[in-house]
Amino acid sequence: MSRPTPYTIVIGLEVHVQLLTRTKLFCGCSTQFGLPPNSATCPVCIGMPGVLPVMNQAAFELALKAALALQCNIASFTKWDRKNYYYPDLPKNYQISQYDLPFSTGGGLEITTPHGPKWIGLIRVHLEEDAGKLLHDETGRGGDSLVDLNRAGTPLLEIVSKPDMNSPEEAKAYLEELRLLLREIGVSDCEMQEGSLRVDANVNIRIPPEHAGGRKPLPGRQHVATPIVEIKNLNSFRAVERAIAYEAQRQFEEFQETGKQMGEVSKATAGWDDVQGVTIVQRRKEEASDYRYFPEPDLVPVEVDQPWLDRIRATLPELPAARRKRFESQLGLSAYDARVLVGQGLAFADYFEAVARGCGDAKAASNWCSNQVLAVLNERKITIREFPLSPEALADLIVRIRKHNINAQRAREVFGIMLQTGDTADAIIKRLGLDVSFDTEQLRELVRKSIASNAKAVADVKAGKQKAMDALVGFVMRETKGKAPTDEVRRLMDEELAKV
Amino acid sequence: MELIEKTAAELRSLMLQGEVNAVQITEAYLQAIRAREPKVQAFLHVDESDAMAQASAIDQKRKHGWQLGPLAGIPVAIKDVLCTKGQVTTCGSKMLQNFIPPYDAHVITRLREADAVLIGKTNMDEFAMGSSTENSAFKTTRNPWDLERIPGGSSGGSAAAVAACEAPLSLGSDTGGSIRQPASLCGIVGMKPTYGRVSRFGLIAFASSLDQIGPFSHDVTDCALLLEVIAGHDRRDSTSVYRPVPPYSKTVHTPVKPLTIGLPREFFDEGLDPEVNACVQEALKVYRSLGATIKDVSLPYSRYAVPVYYIVATAEASSNLARYDGVHYGFRAPDFDSMIHMYSRSRGLGFGKEVKRRIMLGTYALSSGYYDAYYLKALKVRRLIKEDFDRAFAECDVVMGPTSPTPAFRIGEKAENPLAMYLSDIYTISCNLAGIAGISIPCGFTKAGLPVGLQILAGPFEEEKLLRVARMYEAQTDWHLRRPRL
Ligand SMILES: [Zn+2]
Repeated sequence: MSRPTPYTIVIGLEVHVQLLTRTKLFCGCSTQFGLPPNSATCPVCIGMPGVLPVMNQAAFELALKAALALQCNIASFTKWDRKNYYYPDLPKNYQISQYDLPFSTGGGLEITTPHGPKWIGLIRVHLEEDAGKLLHDETGRGGDSLVDLNRAGTPLLEIVSKPDMNSPEEAKAYLEELRLLLREIGVSDCEMQEGSLRVDANVNIRIPPEHAGGRKPLPGRQHVATPIVEIKNLNSFRAVERAIAYEAQRQFEEFQETGKQMGEVSKATAGWDDVQGVTIVQRRKEEASDYRYFPEPDLVPVEVDQPWLDRIRATLPELPAARRKRFESQLGLSAYDARVLVGQGLAFADYFEAVARGCGDAKAASNWCSNQVLAVLNERKITIREFPLSPEALADLIVRIRKHNINAQRAREVFGIMLQTGDTADAIIKRLGLDVSFDTEQLRELVRKSIASNAKAVADVKAGKQKAMDALVGFVMRETKGKAPTDEVRRLMDEELAKV
Repeated sequence: MELIEKTAAELRSLMLQGEVNAVQITEAYLQAIRAREPKVQAFLHVDESDAMAQASAIDQKRKHGWQLGPLAGIPVAIKDVLCTKGQVTTCGSKMLQNFIPPYDAHVITRLREADAVLIGKTNMDEFAMGSSTENSAFKTTRNPWDLERIPGGSSGGSAAAVAACEAPLSLGSDTGGSIRQPASLCGIVGMKPTYGRVSRFGLIAFASSLDQIGPFSHDVTDCALLLEVIAGHDRRDSTSVYRPVPPYSKTVHTPVKPLTIGLPREFFDEGLDPEVNACVQEALKVYRSLGATIKDVSLPYSRYAVPVYYIVATAEASSNLARYDGVHYGFRAPDFDSMIHMYSRSRGLGFGKEVKRRIMLGTYALSSGYYDAYYLKALKVRRLIKEDFDRAFAECDVVMGPTSPTPAFRIGEKAENPLAMYLSDIYTISCNLAGIAGISIPCGFTKAGLPVGLQILAGPFEEEKLLRVARMYEAQTDWHLRRPRL
């Protein structure tokens, strides 16, 4: 957790995600990751003379799906624009993107913060083509750089948030929620290592006048605001958190020195050095880059009508936020439990629901799934789809634990054997002789017997030595060959001791 | 009449009668090319053995009784702006001097499917930017009617090749008049179809929202034949329209009756050569004699067509030509010391003067701070120009006027005066801006023996009507039968 600071951080994130299409945005080339360099290319995506782009309908529909899930307003008319700039990874030296009429605007995402839920608004979501990759000579001897255009033309969704986040933790929570959502609806796999999710962070800070060292806010502002810095190349959520925290403090310190406020100097770009843990301000843009946007004449505008939108909306699964709310209201789970279960992804939450249905005890199902099951998944590095126990088998275990009053430790033992052998809970419980049920009066009798036979221990407990309780309970356990439910024995022991 | 002076339709019936075969026809044209090219310089590349191989393959097909396409055995010359698989496609530029496309343009595929013989690639203004073909990086094409004069441009090579009987048909591209103006100056037929009628796939882009491929021929019948082959939807060009292609070659001989012709007063303004005007007036008399009603119309915004064009076209060009940077293919300057230096030297040495001028103009028009005043304003005026035509076509079948304000000018005459050169497209440009169809047909000669063209414009996708109206006149005249002495 970040320590209290005399300023508020203001963060807006620009997220690029690659869409999970089979082919590129404007040609038929494969989007598969890891193919030999330049093997997934054609005259269109390498920008040869005379060839023309043709929009991939599937990509546009995935983009619509994402925008619907993000509660954006979908434009009924959208067009493509060219963003002109020269770079060797951009074969046409322009990128087909969307400028003044993106296909969606507004919308947002709810995140969880220590202070409760928070809505992070979006400015816009638009679709564009990705550039290729440059492979530079790493020896430093100034050899030629190589260009790999496999990625060029891959559909990319740009999701621009409002500057609604106020801490590195909120930025991370936003990214986690966004990734979860986009994965759940099958829009992107959001793999940062493979570059299918990329983050740029726009950061500045607001300093209350009393901490601004005598400097007054610019007219029309209540706070002193520092110039915005855009941090690029953030390659993990951890890096996003660290970079923002570092940059905010750096801006605070810079402000103490220079006193420069937002609007007095232009926006700057910074890189993040993950090893040194520092942001490096690369350049101040003297003015906004001139990309000479203009409408792409090789493509026709796209008109989105209601039936089309309805058809896409019908393909959306229950979204994470809605599911969490349902887990709370319908299944009576805590907000925390609901977040853990839904946060593991669609398949995991489905598994949990099947267990809960099977055993009729959502709370117990939630505990088993988020503790034992998750521990096994993490330990074996497998997904819920590869987990050996069916939800029915786990539900059966939970039912029998309740029926036979099996204590937590023995229950975990049964669970472990089920995983190893694949046997049913019933068979294992029988084998271990745990299928005995004690009625309460039977147990109470044994408890009374223990109290009668252990005067010293009773006296010790009365004197406040709780340790002595173990001896009293232990007596009952010995009498039942360890099969009595400890919790129940303790409860009865408390009751009976009170009478002594 | 020599074989090479015939039309494609005539050659086709000779072949069907067994009088002549594809090899003999191709050989005759190759011989004409050998004899006349030193004077005309219409072609950039002619692969004789490839052309002969295509012709003999077609003869083989015929011999075996296979179904043959509508252009079987007819040589067609191709403007070097169209990509031909495995063959150098230069676009008239040093930048693409050695560029061999791994694909055929859509129209080339259509020609091959129609069993045409692709006889060679023709000269053009670099990247189709020019009105005289003097901007070619390789050679200056001559007007076959007067070798001291330009053939028009930018499709000057394709126009001169047909006029000089080096090919009976050819393809050009028209962004602001690049088919109609050279057709007019060379005394042949040239058509710019409606935007979207012909796929632009494989056409090296100059200005994407204006470019359109179209035919050159000796007469209107041949024009209909060639258009019928190249028109139609293509999945690879999103701007090509999904619309059936009428059988132009069958309907072309049916006159349009009743016919109302609109005469825009703006097309008969100052700057129009009196001899050109006289030819056009004579043509109108012919139409009147055929029962046509002639009406005055106004296209008030056409006076802005040239400036609007030079903003829209150059803006698009500045972006379309950005890909020629020496990185991936094409010309790369031999010595440079940084990436930016490589870009600037490759582009500096690879492009000619006019191309650079237009890239600069377009870059300027799109720059922030100027965009609204230039590009956005130009788009608005472009819409008004289109609305002018909508109004005219609400009361007329077609609009007529001169194709070019003057006959062919002398080589070098306007080379140093870009503005004067730009004005030679004054009557053709608005058709591209409006996206409508236009044709130029021969309508007479000046006293000096230079051809004059009549421009006829029709509404979007009204090519069928346009061809029929053109043919009505042609059937009454013999300008289209004349061939230059070479
Ligand atoms: Zn491709």
